[in-house]
Amino acid sequence: MPKLTLVVFSGDFDRAFVAFTIASRAAAEGWDVLMLFTFWGLGIVRDPNRTVPKTAEAEKAFDSALARGADDLRISQTSMADLGTTMMKEQMSAKKMLPIREMMKEAKEFGVKFLVCNIPMELMGVRREEFVDEVDEVCSVGRYLEEAKDADVNLFI
Amino acid sequence: MADETLDCKGLICPRPLFETLKRLKRMETGKTIEVVGDYPFSKSEITEAMEKLGHEVVSVSEEGGTWQIVIRKRR
Repeated sequence: MPKLTLVVFSGDFDRAFVAFTIASRAAAEGWDVLMLFTFWGLGIVRDPNRTVPKTAEAEKAFDSALARGADDLRISQTSMADLGTTMMKEQMSAKKMLPIREMMKEAKEFGVKFLVCNIPMELMGVRREEFVDEVDEVCSVGRYLEEAKDADVNLFI
Repeated sequence: MADETLDCKGLICPRPLFETLKRLKRMETGKTIEVVGDYPFSKSEITEAMEKLGHEVVSVSEEGGTWQIVIRKRR
């Protein structure tokens, strides 16, 4: 079966939507699929109910800059005081699409693997216990490269 | 007559395919399901995915913009 990896760098609503759609679409057809969440993408896999108190100034700043989970993302354009995000969510609901958090659960059901890069965790002070249960492991870039080198499609989103 | 039916009318790509796959997962091998929908792309998307996954497409029909696909779970 073909293999797909996605590096999810962005924490934008629309990019996360595309990432989960492509990942699930491939996994649904039996592809081996792996998503590596890094930098702003860490916000997507944070669980809003699993907060960890931060004391260092930089950690506090990044804690509030990062999204608190998949339902807290904003679209990258036409986000007039967040009206764009609200309108997009309404459109998705009207078209009977799933919210991003549910798309993540569906991707997991189709067998997508969820990895988180350790480097931005260190830089932004994000802890392993802040993530949703779908996250399989925290890993290094080297581990990702081992997976990516024999993949058929590698995407950076 | 299929063992089960799945109404995907009003759903857009890729929801009909994803809902079909989730339902197939929960079915016993050998059972059939009739998927009904009206989103044009999904008709070919579902039939192609079923063939790749090794399920049997028993029949495909379309009338007045609504399509029906009967699938037999093979694995």
